[in-house]
Amino acid sequence: MSVVRLHASHGYDVALLRAQFPILAQSVNGRHLAYLDNGASTQCPQRVIDAVTHYETHLHANVHRGVHTLSQLATDAYEGARERVRRFLNAAATREIVFTRGTTESINLVAQSWGRANLRPDDEIIVTALEHHANLVPWQMAAAATGARLRVAPIDGSGQLYFEGLRDLLNERTRLVAIAHVSNALGTVLPVKQVIAAAHHVGVPVLVDGAQAVAHLAVDVRELDADFYAFSGHKLYAPTGIGVLYGRAALLDAMPPWMGGGDMIRTVSYESATWNELPYKFEAGTPNISGAIGLAAALDFLEELGVDRAAAHEHGLLGAATAALMRIPGVRIHGTAEEKGPVLSFTLEGVHPHDVGTILDHEGVAIRAGHHCAMPLMDLLGLPATARASFACYNTLAEVEQLAAAVRRAAEVFR
Amino acid sequence: MELTDLYREVILDHNRQPRNFGRLDPHDAEARGHNPLCGDRLTITLNRDGERIADLRFEGNGCAISMASASLMTEAVKGRSRAEVEALFQRVHALLTAQGASPDGLGKLAVLSGVREFPARVKCASLAWHTLNAALARSDAAATGMVSTE
Repeated sequence: MSVVRLHASHGYDVALLRAQFPILAQSVNGRHLAYLDNGASTQCPQRVIDAVTHYETHLHANVHRGVHTLSQLATDAYEGARERVRRFLNAAATREIVFTRGTTESINLVAQSWGRANLRPDDEIIVTALEHHANLVPWQMAAAATGARLRVAPIDGSGQLYFEGLRDLLNERTRLVAIAHVSNALGTVLPVKQVIAAAHHVGVPVLVDGAQAVAHLAVDVRELDADFYAFSGHKLYAPTGIGVLYGRAALLDAMPPWMGGGDMIRTVSYESATWNELPYKFEAGTPNISGAIGLAAALDFLEELGVDRAAAHEHGLLGAATAALMRIPGVRIHGTAEEKGPVLSFTLEGVHPHDVGTILDHEGVAIRAGHHCAMPLMDLLGLPATARASFACYNTLAEVEQLAAAVRRAAEVFR
Repeated sequence: MELTDLYREVILDHNRQPRNFGRLDPHDAEARGHNPLCGDRLTITLNRDGERIADLRFEGNGCAISMASASLMTEAVKGRSRAEVEALFQRVHALLTAQGASPDGLGKLAVLSGVREFPARVKCASLAWHTLNAALARSDAAATGMVSTE
């Protein structure tokens, strides 16, 4: 286990922090790897890798089943991880924490289970114009199956949600609001607390897609008063394949299971079955045990670091990168909302984002280029694609410089 | 691998000033190509003179590799027979994917050899060729009265 601990009194020692991430020590194409694709996936610190390895080396067994020692130890570790997530989100009870494969599965669970049980023809679901496909397509599917309709709340040119526009869409047919906490394509932080209050005022529950938020701002589901909150482990320093759905117990209790199988049942006959209690009703089959244990270690890491301290550091990098790129002729920044997560979407005049991506990679800078799984948003902005740099706690000002130099190089290649 | 191996002067030139850009109207066949991973889109329109491609144009937007590859392709296939286009595509595909494929006789298309070192970009370079094949198949079907199942 890594013994590096960071305390406020020591200041923010990014070198010490980077030392905990073995992958960052690599070079790519003979250059320092500047990993600026954290919006797609963050890297794992050694303690997360160690926690997963420890489980596979010493504890591996199936959970909730065996009377033998390893099964008990694995169950303790898995349920310990659930309690760790509960504390992270400040949920009222562990029965409100469902482990999933990730944000996408969490939202699909609600769309399929809650959606099919509660949506009727002409009912309405409100989403926003900047949703990731994961918070759009599941609702399109639920709407197609039930006859419900999607309503899209507008954004302005900076990528800011037009709150009054969303509020005006709320009516007696609205059954749910599904909204991103932070936009993956533009970085906008959405006023979810305000949206939740407005929706609750007319009795409408709210699902929050927290995939891009959890690593960068403190989330308290009770303070937000969220009804559902979804996030992925691999966007906050945990492995891929593990995610969380928080759901208010009363809502989850009333929902039918969406997948059948082992662990989610209480009794089964050849004809029928009765369901297990929360949260197991929604966890059919053997879960991603090592992933949950890795996620718990990642949450320990993030809490010791301090989400607020990490966010302040990342905000500094975002500001420096925005300023540096704006000095380069032909660069346009997309997404200029007042409050942003550490996401910088940009285009370079005369150079397609994929060419920018290839040239940056050649210079050791890893970014995302494309539509960011938000095709309707790209169409709305009139862009085929953008290049996106996204920052995490371990990025440095030197890497911001490396990014700017690589963008200048792209402009030079295409001069 | 140097960036200039991928972004050769000829590629940058064809990206900046694509040849045979636009639409042919009327046309014997039209096909659209889309690379959903990167969003590259292009449309090819062509006229046939029996077995040969009498004229063709392309329009769309995408990265420099897809645009330059489409532009270079339109120059290379004009006046060629169906079988010649097929043979040329085989050679270009080998150039894009196989180590040691010879660029001899490919003319300007040889500048695409640098793409081989950037596997993520092979699809960009081959998009125009797949789209051309679809357009040719459609014009064959129109000539023989066959109905496309698409």
